[in-house]
Amino acid sequence: MTTTTTPARTVETTYREAMREAIREALREDDRVFLMGEDVGKYGGCFAVSLGLLEEFGPERVRDTPLSESAFVGAGIGAAIAGMRPIVEIMTVNFSLLALDQIINNAATLLHMSGGQVQVPLVIRMTTGAGRQLAAQHSHSLEGWYAHIPGIKVVAPATLEDARGMLGTALADPDPVLLFEHGSLYNMGGTLREDAGPVDIHRAVVRRQGRDLTLISYGGSMPKTLEAAGTLAAEGIEAEVVDLRSLRPLDDETITTSVRRTHRAVVVDEGWRSGSLSSEILARITEQCFYDLDSPLERVCSAEVPIPYAKHLEDAALPQPEAIVTAARRVVG
Amino acid sequence: MSGPQAVAATPTRGPMTHRGELLRGMTAIRLFEERCVELYSAGLIRGFLHVAIGEEAVAVGVMQALTEEDAVVSTYREHGHALARGLPMDVVMAEMYGKVTGCSRGRGGSMHLFDVSRRFYGGNAIVGGGLPLAIGLGLADKMRGRTAVTACFFGDGAFAEGEFHECVNLAALWQLPVLFACENNLYAMGTAIARAQAETDLALRAASYGIASWAVDGMDAVAVETSARHAVDRIRNGGGPCFLELRTYRFRAHSMYDPDRYRDKAEIARWRERDPIDLLVRQMTEDGEVTSDDVDAINAELNTEIDKAVAAAEAAPLEPVADLARFVHSEPEGVGR
Repeated sequence: MTTTTTPARTVETTYREAMREAIREALREDDRVFLMGEDVGKYGGCFAVSLGLLEEFGPERVRDTPLSESAFVGAGIGAAIAGMRPIVEIMTVNFSLLALDQIINNAATLLHMSGGQVQVPLVIRMTTGAGRQLAAQHSHSLEGWYAHIPGIKVVAPATLEDARGMLGTALADPDPVLLFEHGSLYNMGGTLREDAGPVDIHRAVVRRQGRDLTLISYGGSMPKTLEAAGTLAAEGIEAEVVDLRSLRPLDDETITTSVRRTHRAVVVDEGWRSGSLSSEILARITEQCFYDLDSPLERVCSAEVPIPYAKHLEDAALPQPEAIVTAARRVVG
Repeated sequence: MSGPQAVAATPTRGPMTHRGELLRGMTAIRLFEERCVELYSAGLIRGFLHVAIGEEAVAVGVMQALTEEDAVVSTYREHGHALARGLPMDVVMAEMYGKVTGCSRGRGGSMHLFDVSRRFYGGNAIVGGGLPLAIGLGLADKMRGRTAVTACFFGDGAFAEGEFHECVNLAALWQLPVLFACENNLYAMGTAIARAQAETDLALRAASYGIASWAVDGMDAVAVETSARHAVDRIRNGGGPCFLELRTYRFRAHSMYDPDRYRDKAEIARWRERDPIDLLVRQMTEDGEVTSDDVDAINAELNTEIDKAVAAAEAAPLEPVADLARFVHSEPEGVGR
């Protein structure tokens, strides 16, 4: 995926292992960093991201917590204020609702409300998204909700490089960063440069170049979007694919630069469409590129239902490559 | 005995006994808040204003037990905590006025007073919302091997929140250096404690988490200080968190909007007989430690200080609107104060 003049040494890895390496590196390099959450230690992490870290770093720095989301997320905020660099893991975004008060009323707010005095250098990681038949209370994509809130940064790694590199940058940020890991990505394998390290967490990137339309997506929808782009290419439609990477702040420049060139856009977001991140992106394109557009904007989002268990229903509820292809064809005309 | 932040940031006139310091601290809060009520009625302070008139012994007594290294987390009824922690009256008053010279640059107001230099972490207006912060401060101090104690103030209303139970459990489990200072003023806004809590003995319930817990007469500043010192010493020496139920009462309504329909006038009058300031003055007078002239002098001196704080707040500049979006994120060169 990375182009270099001299071939770098690479390793075979997975998204899960890349995340684990990122956490391990952070724990190794900064004694202010610690990992805290439900079953991150002895169990090895609900999705096995932190497997082995308790044994390596001990229970002070890999802390199992009770099922008290508000308390341990808030404790992360307090510890960050007092000089630590906590990584708080919440099992799924649905569970983060139990800590919403702490994330929004404290983490996002304290710096401003205190007139710039109280910094919260905290990273909260959580799993998001559907596709694993886990039903409505483990499958939602609420990262767009969080992207509504001033005072936090929201990032969504979709590649091995970003899984490996976003955490370190987020930890170096003086303010709270929420990092969303789509559950369907953990097993994604591939090669990663052995020396892969921190990456920026504020820019979108073009994952595939094209001239006919822009597909804008992030996180767990990226593989589907790239698959759709491949299908479109076989039909002679060259889609440019933008990976947002950062959901807050949004990188307007990368989005609008692409849309000004292709004059057409489809947003792919596993969140629901009403009052959503996809609405926001379309609004910004309309505000900034209205006269560059050659066709109405489109989006492919989840059906407006709580995500169901049965596979055929779940598949029908989620954005799929076929729907992305169909929307793209409509837009290109 | 007391740290440099002791009682109120007012110049002391002549040598004062320790009880004299307590009296002065409580009087500072009382007069400051009475002035705030006047300013609010005159339309000069806006937003919500929650005064702690009647609860001054809690703020002053607990704060006496803390040192500079300790941390404080408070509620939306926190003017007294802030002043007792040593925030100067002028920066607190300027915050009431929404001025840039306020302790939160006018972005917080009455409910969100902050002073990181004094480890005073606000002013939280979500009932129970400060508790997780407090245990996190304690966790960091413990992980770094510091001996600091975090005092977290909250009311009886917070005892009904899940966050309270999550936090006491976690603090007990991890033996965090946190003092849970529960100001039981018998009302969660307009809801009497017996109408909200199936068991109203809060210290008894807190003890069920395996931490040292006891109830204190929150109208007696000396008793509060004694208990708080005992608790803080215990916490600092590795004894784990403690819970103090500080039995107190607010003489005025919940906020300036509250018509106070839910309390019996006779009940208020009964509690006013135990006014913490009058109580201490009586004790000190009986012991020949203070005269009415001394009390008048303290009042006069504090009123002068409040006058100055008001004048300074009125004259102070506003934050430029161009700076509205500052402090949503940290500024590269560091924080802005």
